[in-house]
Amino acid sequence: MPPDSPPLSRRDALIKLLRVAGAGAGAAGLGIWLSEHSWRPVSELAIAAKHGHTIASDPQLPEMAVITGDDPAQLARRAIEELGGIRRFIARGDVVLVKPNIGWDRTPEQAANTNPDVVAEIVRQCSNAGAKRVIVTDTSCNDPRRCFQRSGIAEAAQHAGADVILPDPAMFKDVDLQGEVLHAWPVLSPFLNVDKVINVPIAKHHSLTGTTLGMKNWYGMLGGPRHQLHQKIHESLVDLADFVRPTLTILDCYRILVRNGPTGGNLQDVLLKKTLIAGTNPVALDAYAAKAFWNLEVSDLPYLKMAANRGLGTYDFEKVRMQIKTL
Amino acid sequence: MRFPKPTKLRTFSQVVFFLVFLFLLLRTEFRGSLTASNSEIRLPYPVSLFFQLDPLVAISNALSSHALYRGLLWSLVVLIPTMFLGRFFCGWICPLGSIHHFFSSLKSERKRGRQLIESNRYKRWQTTKYYLLIVSLVAAVFGTGVIGWLDPFSLLVRSLGLSILPATNYGLRAFLGQLEHSPYAFVQTIGSALHFILGAVLLSFKQPYFRLGIWLGVIFVFIVALNFRITRFWCRALCPLGALLGIVSRWSVLGLVKSPDHCNDCNRCLLRCQGGDDPIGGVPWHQAECHLCLNCVDECPEHGLRFEWFPGQKGVGANLQRRKVLTGLAAGAALVPLVRSTPGFAAERHERLLRPPGALDEADFLSRCIRCGECMKVCPNNALHPAFAQAGIEALWTPVLVPRLGYCETSCVLCSQTCPTGAIWEITAKEKGWSEDVGRADKPVRLGTAFYDRGRCLPWAMATECIVCEEWCPTSPKAIYLRTAEVIDAAGNSKEVKQPYLDPARCVGCGACEYACPVQDRPAVYVTTVGESRSRTNQILLNRRKS
Repeated sequence: MPPDSPPLSRRDALIKLLRVAGAGAGAAGLGIWLSEHSWRPVSELAIAAKHGHTIASDPQLPEMAVITGDDPAQLARRAIEELGGIRRFIARGDVVLVKPNIGWDRTPEQAANTNPDVVAEIVRQCSNAGAKRVIVTDTSCNDPRRCFQRSGIAEAAQHAGADVILPDPAMFKDVDLQGEVLHAWPVLSPFLNVDKVINVPIAKHHSLTGTTLGMKNWYGMLGGPRHQLHQKIHESLVDLADFVRPTLTILDCYRILVRNGPTGGNLQDVLLKKTLIAGTNPVALDAYAAKAFWNLEVSDLPYLKMAANRGLGTYDFEKVRMQIKTL
Repeated sequence: MRFPKPTKLRTFSQVVFFLVFLFLLLRTEFRGSLTASNSEIRLPYPVSLFFQLDPLVAISNALSSHALYRGLLWSLVVLIPTMFLGRFFCGWICPLGSIHHFFSSLKSERKRGRQLIESNRYKRWQTTKYYLLIVSLVAAVFGTGVIGWLDPFSLLVRSLGLSILPATNYGLRAFLGQLEHSPYAFVQTIGSALHFILGAVLLSFKQPYFRLGIWLGVIFVFIVALNFRITRFWCRALCPLGALLGIVSRWSVLGLVKSPDHCNDCNRCLLRCQGGDDPIGGVPWHQAECHLCLNCVDECPEHGLRFEWFPGQKGVGANLQRRKVLTGLAAGAALVPLVRSTPGFAAERHERLLRPPGALDEADFLSRCIRCGECMKVCPNNALHPAFAQAGIEALWTPVLVPRLGYCETSCVLCSQTCPTGAIWEITAKEKGWSEDVGRADKPVRLGTAFYDRGRCLPWAMATECIVCEEWCPTSPKAIYLRTAEVIDAAGNSKEVKQPYLDPARCVGCGACEYACPVQDRPAVYVTTVGESRSRTNQILLNRRKS
């Protein structure tokens, strides 16, 4: 100690000691607390969000309507009418999610995405029925900005009053799908916590199953490594359909892609069928469309039987109350 | 009303041009429109505007292509006034210059008092930029666009667009994520509101990543940090555009006039001098170095400095030495033959040197590409990345498509719309031929050809169904076709799977198959350059039959 510095008073020395002791105790406390919180990192538990969106069936009304005509919007309107009108499906104040196929960077004429007029008409109907909010979204395969714009769906749905949601990477939540092959998967969050879900797929050729119809559209709910789903495509389809259990399915067969699906691009691959198939039984609906447009039997599409066994509906469309109309 | 001080006007101009530049850079991104559909997609703003105002890019483009690409004639708007006024562009407009100006004006231990005054005197090494200019312009004559390594806009767009902005984006998203996943609803609301605002002005649609991004960032930070040692070191010593403007300012009719009777050697004019052009009395003024920032005029307590039209006093020009100029000429002439004496350029092209759609053949491409990164910034799939060594040292930071990270989107030609020099020649989606009349376009743009690694492909090697590559293939008829095969699985059971094959006559090399392949680390299908439509020699087939 240099001779000219004043001697340390007892009081100052005590304060100094207390400070050091405090810091030491704090460090020890924090250290012990942290060491007790050391465990191997595990990913967050997936949210269990499974709940159906179906409505009670009505023996007076058809389960399926097949409408043919020139104007896609009119077809959608008529199909819903035949099934009992939109108010049967949508209650005042409902939050409705409309799920078209907006998977590819293609225009409506190329028939790789759902017809925008059909989507817009469904949105309009839901709004008229008093829905609080109508969401239109999909997880596109190609760049979603382009798919939403060039498919014409974003514009048409927005004009009809829908809330069009581009899939943001931050918008996926890990969900336990409680399926047989699908468990924890990232799901686009608007699919969770809605009252009603309307599936609006388009019928297309697909090399693995021959055709892609209604149930395959649920792929668009998922993020993550969904390309692995093809390895067990039938089981995956049923798991997804079982998870969602939609209120209504409206299959767009106005233009169908008969070759080089699901991307297409060549107008020679497109057939004009001017048909819409709507129904509350997604299994019968897929079975019917497969037979009508691809001449595929139930045995060609194993997922139909699996879905029936899971209680999602019957594949025997002949026994389903059906309304077939040409406008 | 009193007229604002000229230095205030200058600061205002710098801020305005910097903000315009930043705005255009942030909008060098396709954001999609929910209210338009089905039209040919174009960006709403002229995002490469600053390159079109850059006489250095124009001269390099003219020397290497014997023509001026779309819009580059606008650079006369900068070049001709500089002939009359001097380097006003450096002091009043250049956004990179403004960044340097800002960081130079921050306090620094290394730049104080006498040290600062001494560091702002004219130095011989300030002529380095002229020799760099000579080397790169001669190299341009011989067919390489390496001037873009140093061109200030290339440097700025590359550094900010491929490194600093993506890093900012990452940081902000992480911060917003913390807020939005907070257990308190109040914090969540703030997070969502912030996300909405930042999403509209600053955030990208999705987090971009770029190869070499960190190095581009490090170089930029280093160049900016040099300002703490020497004010605007980049502008004084290295910037080739500054050198070009310095040379043409030789005929300028606006000049600094010093009144020796007023000067009492206080050296205050040197305190905030940007160019290092010696505004002090007793020595000649270095006209070619002056940025016209007007700080010296503002600072002089005796009002002994002013800018005059047709000044009586003659300033000094670029101050070049003949021997060094000759060395520069020789170095420029030697550069291209030297870098091309390795086999990479012509004899042994890198198999993964996939260029963007519309890119010219390699020689023309390299002569025009200024390595600015506009195409990489605008690519909606984050598919284009700066090259490192795939095409030799000469092609450093030129764009390559990395399909594993992003494939080439069917209807997208944004990279060809933003390229300021025509290295990626402007094409339409129709000319690209992947989105309209697919399969009927006579000559679609092809980037390469896909190949299978059957040892890693699920149906080929693992008796497992897949077909994802075929599903994603955008051509029609599809270039990927399937054959049903009977295979034996591990348990000895026979089963049928669909095995993919590739038809090279139809493949356009977009890379969607490679991108989508579920074998995550090294995909079972990959694209190499052979068959690229820009090259006549890098082909497989004698004739590509019409689809």
